[in-house]
Amino acid sequence: MIEIKKLVKDYGELRAVNGIELKINDGEILGFLGPNGAGKSTTFKVLTGYLQPTAGNIFVGNKNIKDHSLEIRKMIGYLPENNPLYVEMTVYDYLRFVADIREIKDFKKRLKEVISQCGLHGVVHKPINTLSKGYRQRVGIAQAILHDPEILILDEPTSGLDPNQIAEIRELIIQLGKEKTLIISSHIMQEVQAVCDRIVIINRGEIVADGKTAELTENIDNIDKISIELKNAEAEDIFGLKETIQGITKISCEAKDDKLQAEIEYLAENDIREDLYLQIKKEKWILLEMHRKHASLEEIFRNLTSNGGNK
Amino acid sequence: MNYTKIIAAKELKSYFTSPAAYILLSIFLLISGWFFANPLFLINQAELRSLFNVIPWIFIVLIPATTMGLLAKERETGTIELISTFPMQKSSIIMGKFFASVGMISFALLFTFVHLFTIIFLGTNIDFGAIFCGYFGLILLTGMYSAIGIFASSLTKNQIVAFILSFFIILVLYLIQFTLIFIPDWLAGFLQYISIGYHFSNLSKGVIDTRNIIYFLSMTALFLKLAVTILESEK
Repeated sequence: MIEIKKLVKDYGELRAVNGIELKINDGEILGFLGPNGAGKSTTFKVLTGYLQPTAGNIFVGNKNIKDHSLEIRKMIGYLPENNPLYVEMTVYDYLRFVADIREIKDFKKRLKEVISQCGLHGVVHKPINTLSKGYRQRVGIAQAILHDPEILILDEPTSGLDPNQIAEIRELIIQLGKEKTLIISSHIMQEVQAVCDRIVIINRGEIVADGKTAELTENIDNIDKISIELKNAEAEDIFGLKETIQGITKISCEAKDDKLQAEIEYLAENDIREDLYLQIKKEKWILLEMHRKHASLEEIFRNLTSNGGNK
Repeated sequence: MNYTKIIAAKELKSYFTSPAAYILLSIFLLISGWFFANPLFLINQAELRSLFNVIPWIFIVLIPATTMGLLAKERETGTIELISTFPMQKSSIIMGKFFASVGMISFALLFTFVHLFTIIFLGTNIDFGAIFCGYFGLILLTGMYSAIGIFASSLTKNQIVAFILSFFIILVLYLIQFTLIFIPDWLAGFLQYISIGYHFSNLSKGVIDTRNIIYFLSMTALFLKLAVTILESEK
């Protein structure tokens, strides 16, 4: 189990991570989601022993990162952001080098396994700088899993890839997630949604949401939104709809000239559109516009991470 | 120690897979060959002193060129993050790179044995002690220059900056001895002690003095320690 305790990391004046608290269970696939500069990579850098925390600590099992950095590094496989590689080496030489440092006993056997797992057939003896970006990413992942670590950390594993490559790498990640504690970061919603059991959304160095992917998406699936534009109606009347129509959870309303714009949120299971229409007709409001919006994870993400969204 | 070996092996291998190493090697052999052969028949002595006098100057350029990429390139490409998260100490990384550089330059020095065989073939009464001493001094010098180069390389992600910086540090340490006449006595002693030329000239003449050896070893250790500190301070 990984326990991040009140982690703070400053770069000079800038506070990149501000008191993150997080428990990650064995075998979990956790998605770290946040806009660029939210502190995802910094958290990873501390977790992998590249940077020291300014305050707080990280425990892996019963070891902490301040005192047992080397032991923890042995348990972790890490693909840093932008996938740095020794590009002048061949894939074989590179993995051999990593295997030597990771003290892998039976390199030939392990290499075979990793090559088939990562789909590196046919490029093993090519210099890395001749490979496509998708293949380079696989080499980076091969490097990270070579010593069969318990914990695998992939920092934006699909950024910069084309859609086909993304699909391939995602498939690989799903396979890897079956055996390991896997932490990936991304600023793309669908990615973590497709891969992860649990999502942590982080913004400005703080966690703003944390939950099972199913729960987070369920909440969203549960709620629908209707936006309407009306004439001849008063704001109080609109707020009054909450009593007359069953299932409305939230109403927001804004007057513009003689028009009124309103957003009505309701539980998806009881479709209020019919009732709403009848009510509008009954009140003799003039309906200028009405459309249903399906709230998406994307929207939650934007709400939580846009400036001041949560504060 | 094991990690040091792995890093050194990797760096040596990457030297020999890049054309730059062969170019540097050729230039080194050309210049040192010229300075060896040119005065040989003029002086008419079976000795390598002219070689030992010119090589430290060639090294002022050659060694910074060898070491400039060792850490700066890792910073530039981001692989520094990768090796920093491997389960080894920063000192293993620095020592590995140090031995790679010393190994590479020693390899270049091996080629100067051609000149050694020339004088063995041509001359009589060869002072093998002095020659051994000269090579010993050159190896010590290689260590010190390499340490300075690695220190400079650890400071920046720009290889050119690393080159210029190490070139400059070495040059100053080398040239200090020529400024001594302008400097008050109380300081001159100290400056003379830290100057490279003062210590190397003994060795190139065939005199082994522990003070000189201690100087080279301690300067080497100092700059390597500084490089390790720089890498660690990043945290």
